[in-house]
Amino acid sequence: MSQTDLIIHDEKDNVAVVVIDKTSKNQECSGWIMENDKTIKIKSINEIPLGHKIALKDLREGDTILKYGHDIGKVIKLIKKGEHVHVHNVKTKKW
Amino acid sequence: MKIPKNFLGYKRENGRAGTRNHVIILPVDDISNACAEAVANNIKGTIALPHSYGRLQFGADLELHFRTMIGTGSNPNVAAVIVIGIEPKWTKRIVDGISKTGKPVEGFHIERTGDIGTVMKASKKAQEFVMWASEKQREECPLSDLWISVKCGESDTTSGLASNPTVGNLMDKLEPLGVHLCFGETSELTGAETVCAKRGATPEASEKFMKTWSSYNDFILKEATNDLSESQPTAGNIAGGLTTIEEKAFGNFQKIGSCKFIDVLEPAEAPTKGKGLYFMDTSSAAAECVTLQAAAGFNIHLFPTGQGNIVGNPIEPVIKLTANPLTVKSMGEHIDCDVSKILSREMNLSEAGDELIKTTIRVANGRLTCAEALGHKEFVMTKLYRSA
Repeated sequence: MSQTDLIIHDEKDNVAVVVIDKTSKNQECSGWIMENDKTIKIKSINEIPLGHKIALKDLREGDTILKYGHDIGKVIKLIKKGEHVHVHNVKTKKW
Repeated sequence: MKIPKNFLGYKRENGRAGTRNHVIILPVDDISNACAEAVANNIKGTIALPHSYGRLQFGADLELHFRTMIGTGSNPNVAAVIVIGIEPKWTKRIVDGISKTGKPVEGFHIERTGDIGTVMKASKKAQEFVMWASEKQREECPLSDLWISVKCGESDTTSGLASNPTVGNLMDKLEPLGVHLCFGETSELTGAETVCAKRGATPEASEKFMKTWSSYNDFILKEATNDLSESQPTAGNIAGGLTTIEEKAFGNFQKIGSCKFIDVLEPAEAPTKGKGLYFMDTSSAAAECVTLQAAAGFNIHLFPTGQGNIVGNPIEPVIKLTANPLTVKSMGEHIDCDVSKILSREMNLSEAGDELIKTTIRVANGRLTCAEALGHKEFVMTKLYRSA
């Protein structure tokens, strides 16, 4: 088994979690989807630290972030595939 | 892995079993802390449980105070109890509540005696209790005597990926063996509330959960001055990669595996519907939540953490697990069970669940938790509103 850089909970998810120390700029990352045991490849645009999320596709303002196959918040600023996803571009729909 | 059928516990008068054998000095109110601490200082092997409340409370808030006090004294991890309060009436109410378990309990009130006389009288009784308790031996108890509570803290995305699902795996394996299980953290299910409600074992349980969650959420919305940033999620959560309360909630929810909850408990309410999983209405603050679960009779606690929460409890051993390799490396003295190899896929969830079961049984048998060895004894009362 090659190194897993990212883990994705559910096939429907549009974000993955970095599980190595950090991704480097333009790194070709290998992502493992827990739900169906598939592997995907994605290029990391930024340096993203352990535990933080990376976008698996281009996302527009108002789009919903899916993780665990569920809605975990809304996009507030355009996000490119491979970009760092966090509090600067995503917000809760709750509070 | 073949799961052991027994653990070594202390059998109590009411049929329950303890994983610890504490003699506690329980102050009824804030102003009795000094006396309680003096007694615990005099008599080795006893512990005082100081806290900040117990005066002029009323209504549901006062009832919760009594429930927490009586429940703490009644927990099977406690062999005997000294209760000390300023006034006789509330002191007696707590003594009477604890005495229903059949364990040794005695109350002392300070008014008309003063601290020094009370400390002397209570110390004599505490010495008697602790010497009696010291002869208690651990005996084989069925695994179903374990009442396991769970709560996560300083979570990050590794919690939802690995350490919380490890707890869920343990629940899936131990629930069929007849253990009692409890999860809480009402506010931290926000975003996952409808998914969680579907896990009610009966329509009544689901409905009770939604009612409880809605009431807590209404309270938060009423008091909130902003979007709760850095409170939910906390700054630590955000540093660990958690972005929203919804993301935190779905991670949190992994702790119950595929179990269904049979009832919804009030804070500190003891379960009465037999073995299985219960949801308790609690705050998501670690010490408050664990204190309430211990007061409901839970005798061992599992605490998955991401960034490294360090909480303990004076009577209920708190087992920490983490999947975050940085946390293991930088603050390993707080971690009882390291499941970080899940992230590198060198360990699968079932193997991690087995490791946690082994750790849980070792701690139930008497191995100290990291939090116990480091002296963490956080005892924090939940207060519902201002006192009169």
